[in-house]
Amino acid sequence: MPGKLKVKIVAGRHLPVMDRASDLTDAFVEVKFGNTTFKTDVYPKSLNPQWNSEWFKFEVDDEELQDEPLQITVLDHDTYSANDAIGKVYIDIDPLLYSEAATVISGWFPIYDTIHGIRGEINVVVKVDLFNDLNRFRQSSCGVKFFCTTSIPKCYRAVVIHGFVEELVVNEDPEYQWIDRIRTPRASNEARQRLISLMSGELQRKIGLKVLEMRGNAVVGYLQCFDLEGESGLVVRAIGTACTLDKLSNTSAFLPACNSPSKEMKEIPFNEDPNPNTYSSGPSTPLKNQTYSFSPSKSYSRQSSSSDTDLSLTPKTGMGSGSAGKEGGPFKTLLRQQTQSALEQREFPFFTLTTFPPGFLLHVGGVVSARSVKLLDRIHNPDEPETRDAWWAEIRQEIKSHAKALGCHAVVGYSESTSICEEVCILSASGTAAVLNPRFLQDGTMEGCLEQRIEEASPPGCGFCHIPYDELNMPFPAHLTYCYNCRKQKVPDVLFTTIDLPVEAIVVGKGCLIQARLCRLKKKAQAEANATSISNLLPFMEYEVHTQLMNKLKLRGMNALFGLRIQITVGENMLMGLASATGVYLAALPTPGGIQIAGKTPNDGTYEQHISHMQKKINDTIAKNKELYEINPPELPEEIIGSPIPEPRQRSRLLRSQSESSDEVTELDLSHGKKDAFVLEIDDTDAMEDVHSLLTDVPPPSGFYSCNTEIMPGINNWTPEIQMFTAVRVSRLSNINPTNQTLNKNFNDLCENLLKSLYFKLRSMVPCCLCHVNFTVALPEDELVQIAVTAVAITYDKNQALQANKAPTEKSQQRASTDNEEQLQFPLELSSDPLSSQPFSPAKEALEGASSHTGIPAAQRATSVDYSSFADRCNSWIELIKLKAQTIRRGSIKTTTSLEKASPLAEGYLRHRSVPSGTNSTVSVVKMTPLSFLPGAKITKYLGIINMFFIRETTSLREEGGVSGFLHAFIAEVFAMVRAHVAALGGNAVVSYIMKQCVFMENPNKNQAQCLINVSGDAVIFVRESELEVLPAPPPAAAAQPAGSAGDVTT
Amino acid sequence: MSSDLDVFVGNTTLIDEEVYRLWLDGHSVAEAVARRLRGGVLEREGTSVAVLQSDTRDHYRTFQMLERLLHAPPRLLQQLLFQIPPERQALLVQRYYAFDEALARELLGKKLSKGTKKELDEVSARTGVGIRSCRRQFDNFKRVFKAVEELRGPLAENIQQLFLLPPALARDYAAIVFFANSRFETGKRRLQFLSFGDFAACAQSMMAHWSQGALAPEAAEPDGDLPKSFLQDLKELKVLVSDKDLLDQHKRDTSGMGVPVLGGPGFGGSLGGGVPALSRALVNVGGKLTHARDVRDFFVDLVEKVIEPCRSDKWSPGDLRLFLTHYTAAPRNLPGFRHQALWERYMAAISACLLRMYHD
Repeated sequence: MPGKLKVKIVAGRHLPVMDRASDLTDAFVEVKFGNTTFKTDVYPKSLNPQWNSEWFKFEVDDEELQDEPLQITVLDHDTYSANDAIGKVYIDIDPLLYSEAATVISGWFPIYDTIHGIRGEINVVVKVDLFNDLNRFRQSSCGVKFFCTTSIPKCYRAVVIHGFVEELVVNEDPEYQWIDRIRTPRASNEARQRLISLMSGELQRKIGLKVLEMRGNAVVGYLQCFDLEGESGLVVRAIGTACTLDKLSNTSAFLPACNSPSKEMKEIPFNEDPNPNTYSSGPSTPLKNQTYSFSPSKSYSRQSSSSDTDLSLTPKTGMGSGSAGKEGGPFKTLLRQQTQSALEQREFPFFTLTTFPPGFLLHVGGVVSARSVKLLDRIHNPDEPETRDAWWAEIRQEIKSHAKALGCHAVVGYSESTSICEEVCILSASGTAAVLNPRFLQDGTMEGCLEQRIEEASPPGCGFCHIPYDELNMPFPAHLTYCYNCRKQKVPDVLFTTIDLPVEAIVVGKGCLIQARLCRLKKKAQAEANATSISNLLPFMEYEVHTQLMNKLKLRGMNALFGLRIQITVGENMLMGLASATGVYLAALPTPGGIQIAGKTPNDGTYEQHISHMQKKINDTIAKNKELYEINPPELPEEIIGSPIPEPRQRSRLLRSQSESSDEVTELDLSHGKKDAFVLEIDDTDAMEDVHSLLTDVPPPSGFYSCNTEIMPGINNWTPEIQMFTAVRVSRLSNINPTNQTLNKNFNDLCENLLKSLYFKLRSMVPCCLCHVNFTVALPEDELVQIAVTAVAITYDKNQALQANKAPTEKSQQRASTDNEEQLQFPLELSSDPLSSQPFSPAKEALEGASSHTGIPAAQRATSVDYSSFADRCNSWIELIKLKAQTIRRGSIKTTTSLEKASPLAEGYLRHRSVPSGTNSTVSVVKMTPLSFLPGAKITKYLGIINMFFIRETTSLREEGGVSGFLHAFIAEVFAMVRAHVAALGGNAVVSYIMKQCVFMENPNKNQAQCLINVSGDAVIFVRESELEVLPAPPPAAAAQPAGSAGDVTT
Repeated sequence: MSSDLDVFVGNTTLIDEEVYRLWLDGHSVAEAVARRLRGGVLEREGTSVAVLQSDTRDHYRTFQMLERLLHAPPRLLQQLLFQIPPERQALLVQRYYAFDEALARELLGKKLSKGTKKELDEVSARTGVGIRSCRRQFDNFKRVFKAVEELRGPLAENIQQLFLLPPALARDYAAIVFFANSRFETGKRRLQFLSFGDFAACAQSMMAHWSQGALAPEAAEPDGDLPKSFLQDLKELKVLVSDKDLLDQHKRDTSGMGVPVLGGPGFGGSLGGGVPALSRALVNVGGKLTHARDVRDFFVDLVEKVIEPCRSDKWSPGDLRLFLTHYTAAPRNLPGFRHQALWERYMAAISACLLRMYHD
């Protein structure tokens, strides 16, 4: 009996009137956990009942504790008829299951009803007494911490990053069960909410088990998603990065985790004979970064590499970095091989993290992605989710091979998504191929000299740009130059990644949000024919999206994309592609050349004039953008560059000078020999449209910047005011005979208008930056397009010059960097793997072969049990101790101790203020942000993951203000419920907040609508940096103030 | 491409003061957009009409959802649905309960009933306040009235507590409730020169001096009603006019003390005959207050019987003040007059009212 859950129902307030006659309510509460239910007494005739119940105690297994939500139902007692439900509160008690998080959940929760929305509030106190049992073969994984944050959480240090964990569970969707025909919408919605709550609990527990097997204690970058497959069922899946984290205040904790050869993760069976119904979209993403022309006849520009057999699997996205082999010397090659082999043993060397400690990323190869189109079939047995597992395994395998083709052994910034329409499902995965730091893979003797070498080889700030693949044997034709920063290694001309901009990267000017938008019509079709046509369309879409991104990047005079996210959404009669990324100018990469337009018929005079007019416009735009984003790379003397390749900067300079006399453009065009100029050839009206659409992107109004990454490149003087928001738009594409062009334009306008309206809404915050702008596109019905945006606006100080303002920000940056410094001290779990795998005895191999039924080559997998490597184990222990020594040498301990001093106080202080008491009338402020940090504040404690799923339905749509009124209220309610849960945990903010799903369906004829929303994030306690300094002498006066006054004005 | 659904929800609820004003004034979304356009937002922000429409709709929806909470402002503080900084909450409440004095003046003393609400069309036409705004303001008056009708203790404080209004606004509401409660006639022609502010000030002095709360905070009767016992006692004051000796004495005292000072132009002539008339009027006004119908005429009487004669005698406000001061103090010397305290309590409010009302 490992746990006792205790619940107390204190009071209610603002209950709805349930008895029309008396205008009052006779309320009581049912508290349910698992199969046990308790009831409070009826509190008669009151809208503000005071139950003050006893403690209801549930004695349960910890497995149950993890899976089940606590379910609180408020009812109105009725003597003569059935009791009416007022509403429910689901409380996820997971945060109470690990010691460092919350100890009690206590506060006012909105009482939620899926038909009526929030109906009053209830005050509840929840506690858990856990009895540890270490002995049994556990099915629970209590104690494993989960974080949505895609970096090492701020108050932790990564001891080991173990790697990828994934799991999925399936079930029948209650909405599609036969019983749904006879039960009320409310009952059906509640069944769904409860099931999903249960499933995510189960999923989390299973992932936790995997983490424990890997000897980790936490999952970072945890992303859980729902696939509503309709008739065929409900899939809940999650991915994350298993880590062993160490709280920064107790560095002495010594975890012997290093030596665990990652026990075999759940073996994913490979379907040798794929389901005949499934279609794999060709050879995945033929993303290309090359220049190309639209007419083959005139293709003097670099020809796009149409998939040669060998390359067909490689994502041509590859904008590589750092030619490794030569300069690194034999040592490095050796290193690389070892890291590689170590990572290869792992089934999937993937990391869901997007931000890493400096120096962790050695090289970045480029974006790798894979998509596959599948036909959904009914999930017959929920206990055997093999099909779905196999689908994902296939895609992951593909990603892995793409990364390998780019000379990379790992994939970072990895994510997965789906788009479902009827029975067709597109599975997508993407990430960034990378080479990780092999520093910790070596035993002591080599470390010293190697480290030197590596540092020599890859100077900070540009190392990650250097190509990882072999220059002579490139996976695709790319245009290499010597790095503009160190002049030693080769860099590509552009770099696309899915990760955040590394902290150490040297950036010129500011960044900006870049989006590529695309619609493609498709015939309505059934089943297989439908899947085939989608499969056929996908490569073209990816190609076009990529072209658009490249054009827009060049138009802004930038040379790298971060946080790239390409979404392909499938609808009944069209496909939509939306790619978002943050463009920056990396100092290490060459200046991008301009865009040149070439006409198809050079002898036509008016046409020519038109072309040159366009050219001028483009050149002007580039010049304007360079000014806007402050892109003025330092001029370097020519001789230092010593690049064999024609100077691109020169070209751009020329271009600018040419802009006045348009006639010369064509001439200049020729003179450059087109070797590396980016040429757009206009050979038909389509191409013309494309060029036009390039120019329609309006830059944000002055005072605004936007990006979709965590931090805005080029701005670091944030002020603490933040405003997180969600905006949703559904538009009808009202064309009778839509063409790709009109659709593109409509879609483009829709996105641009949405952005414009965001800028207008937030105008009072200027100067500010929209960070983490996250667009999600859905096609709910035939002609409907739904776009949901979640982002945060953060103000920054414009007047303080960057130099002058260093003082306040530097401190935080320093702190951040020291934190990072510490985080850097972790060994990859790999550290032990190569050692244990080196002495591969034939006997063991045989054993391995015998035990594996899956057909995965034994060499690729981590050894499951390793008896032979006692010596190696010793080695790695020694290594670990060395590491500790190094940590101390570096002086990072100092920061640690200072933190130790500050944080408990800070917590106590905050705790005291934000205690949500029943009588406290002011509501404590809870900030929400999609970022992992709060500007000007320090996160002192992570309280647990927030993962909530809500359904709202109405049968009186008009009365509730139509679709907009309905959804507006629902989103506000979701925010309110998230805030209430965080406040009840004792927190004052949610970081890494994300709205993962917003499914909206309407039936205006029936006056009905339904919406499902799924959100998640990390509940935290933060303290203002200014307060932190005052804290050592705790101010009693301030502590007595209500929390509301302390949290600043916003969010 | 038309937007069917278009919402923006911030974790901190955005409140645009300009749009709030337009909403409070009862403009439709289209009207509000037109007005904002005229305000020059487009040029300032370089945006489009569509954006402005979408923004206005968002705000209107928010306000509609907030309105329910604004009806009980303490709930606005406790609710979890909208995260609004305290100073913004205060602003929302204050603006919502702010009213047009012209409208309030029209409604003063009227029964806050459905019938009155139906007449709002005319009121709207007379005052130039939009009809929707009129209805909202009327509902505010009625809501406040209902909420404090039965409560004990000082009216203004009760209102301030229940509706979280700033003190001055709460006092104005107290006046409205007080007038509605006693149904004072304010619509008569000869009262038209009095503004809402005048009446509000009168109500305040009447409540301050006459109501039970003024004497004993734990009084049994609500502050909005004039205490019965007090009104009953006022009858006793009739002795001042009915008893010939007392009347003469009073007159003598007043003029005796007054002569040196009240020697100004236009003062002396009619004073001799005026004082008894004024005196009778002042005392009679009080004596009549036991009958509800006479209560209604309180202000009419004051104007007709005191203010107008004084005005025709060309008294300056200073003259009136002097007179009232002495007139109030005079009975102190009257032998056998036992109601000195009552008299002064009565006259304190009457004097304050008269002085406030004595203007053109």
